[in-house]
Amino acid sequence: MPSIDLESEQGREEALRRMLTIRKFDTKVGEHFADGEIPGFVHLYVGEEAVGVGACAALEEDDYITSTHRGHGHCIAKGLDPNLMMAEVFGKREGYCNGKGGSMHIADMDANMLGANGIVGAGPPLGAGAALTINQKGEDRVALSFLGDGAVAQGQVHEAVNLASAWDLPLILLVENNQYGEGTPVSDQHNLEKLSDTAGAYDIPGIHVDGMDITAVNEAVAEAREHARNGKGPTFIEADTYRFHGHFEGDEELYRDEDEVEEWRKRDPITDFSERLIDRDELTEEKFEEMQAEIESEIEDAIAYAKDADEPVPEEAYDDMFSANVPDIERFVQQANARTDGGTHGGEF
Amino acid sequence: MASAELEGQETQTMTVREAIRETLREEMRRDEDVILLGEDIGVMQGVLDVTGDLYNEFGPDRVRDTPISEAGYMGAATGAAATGLRPVPELMFSDFIGVSMEQIMNQMAKMRYMFGGKIEMPVTVRATEGGGMGAASQHSGTVHTWIAHFPGLMAVTPGTPEAAKGLLRSAIRSDDPVFFFENKMIYEQSGEVPTDEDFTIPLGEASVEREGEDVTVVATQRLVGESLSVADELEGDTDVEVIDLRSLYPLDTDTIAESLDKTGRLVVADESPLSYGTQAEVVSRAVEDAFYSLDAPIQRVGVPDTHIPFSPSLEGEVLPDGDDVRNAIERIA
Repeated sequence: MPSIDLESEQGREEALRRMLTIRKFDTKVGEHFADGEIPGFVHLYVGEEAVGVGACAALEEDDYITSTHRGHGHCIAKGLDPNLMMAEVFGKREGYCNGKGGSMHIADMDANMLGANGIVGAGPPLGAGAALTINQKGEDRVALSFLGDGAVAQGQVHEAVNLASAWDLPLILLVENNQYGEGTPVSDQHNLEKLSDTAGAYDIPGIHVDGMDITAVNEAVAEAREHARNGKGPTFIEADTYRFHGHFEGDEELYRDEDEVEEWRKRDPITDFSERLIDRDELTEEKFEEMQAEIESEIEDAIAYAKDADEPVPEEAYDDMFSANVPDIERFVQQANARTDGGTHGGEF
Repeated sequence: MASAELEGQETQTMTVREAIRETLREEMRRDEDVILLGEDIGVMQGVLDVTGDLYNEFGPDRVRDTPISEAGYMGAATGAAATGLRPVPELMFSDFIGVSMEQIMNQMAKMRYMFGGKIEMPVTVRATEGGGMGAASQHSGTVHTWIAHFPGLMAVTPGTPEAAKGLLRSAIRSDDPVFFFENKMIYEQSGEVPTDEDFTIPLGEASVEREGEDVTVVATQRLVGESLSVADELEGDTDVEVIDLRSLYPLDTDTIAESLDKTGRLVVADESPLSYGTQAEVVSRAVEDAFYSLDAPIQRVGVPDTHIPFSPSLEGEVLPDGDDVRNAIERIA
């Protein structure tokens, strides 16, 4: 059983709800980032919702995923709590990572979500490792690594695909081709028409799908999952999609023109899916608006939760390094404190 | 002299190589989540014959020959550790670490911290290190200082078979990433090793291998044995205390400071480049904790900031050895 069954009406509604949750979550994050309330930088998933939700719907809850810079969508698609996510984005102690990870590192081992990742292409080797654990323990589950088109140029991605192929590991590689690796068009970074052709070099299935169509993504991942569960190893999927925002918030987007963005916006994956549901009389305009208002309110609640949450106290910067206390960390903290408290010399001198 | 851990223990004689292999065997028998990964560690039994017959006993799933792709399998070891295995990947030569450094620095070392402590990372990386085989610069280096310097990683450097056994077992049972550095010139060195299958040496404890009153030598790996020989040669003239540092991170400052309270003189000997090195960290700790015990300038022994050359006459020049330790002792004794 997939975690969300797109064959059922209830499943389709849940999928739409998750896509909308991603859209609202990231839109709000963008607004509050622009207001200077969020530290660091954020990379939004707006426009790519069909890929994350379509893929995670085809997975079971105990399947693993690894994610990318643009991880909020994957987290919501995998079922993480927007309140705890938002608290993390705001750098609060209640966040998934106690305020140590932020937007680019949200992880939740309880949800088998092995982390968003600030390094392009670092997820697939980790996904291969999760798939190795699955094989070694004889479990019936899979690992899926999301990666961007830019990551297909990374050597470690190819090492991971080769390893997974050589060992028939239950790993799914899902490339979100949003047409730009940061600010450089995909065509300037690769000499391949289709990134999914990469699969040929490793003698594994390569699938190319429309990433604006949740059903197409869902079917491809479901097929790859069956392939993996049958001991046949990895599948390399490329989903064509588009990010409606820049690479990061504040990006001036000098590398693309507005017409192109407008053309892709016409293919909004949420509009596409909701219209299909309306055409099938599963959804009414009123119900859709109601759903949007509900989710808007949930995300407002998440923002309020994050703002009310506690800041970590400075001393917590030294926690979580190792599974047990390591005296060296304490040593240097104490020395620094002694210097602060006792002038320029160590406390005892 | 036997170290404190051996007192009252049943022991047997074995080499460093055997100590490592037997510890791997015992831990693999004890816990089926312990698996080995690496290049040519299985059918070929390891290029330096460390994994030996383990493949025959545990088979290809638990002694896994990997493709020649350090980033791939070091990353897979990281992902496997995060999801419930206790992998022991091997770097055939530590010089190859650069190929895999992304997975080590940004994933293995940082995941626990970045995820707010909500993940375990029980991975033990074994890496062979050091010169002396005429293997030239790309197969002779030491990188333990890099690892010890990097937050989130532990690093150990056994200098005896006993240390190899006790530290490797602690590393495998630890829930943190531990790098176990094997100097390839001491694989044949033999000594007494406890037979107890739960014998461990805590990470972060140095060992006084020989007591003395005049000069403290803090050494690692091959230089532990060389320093002990020098200490024997100087007996009656200079009374040398030799400490096997064993753990670079965590680092046992107390044992060093206690020794300096007695001797007041320090030589630090490690086979890594001298600038910004392991030696410098030991010196810093000694100055911080035992400044008023010091009676003479501290001496550092190491590689004079070169790569390890090929030709034996050149290699012998740059590799630190007993003569360098003796000269350092004589400068301050």
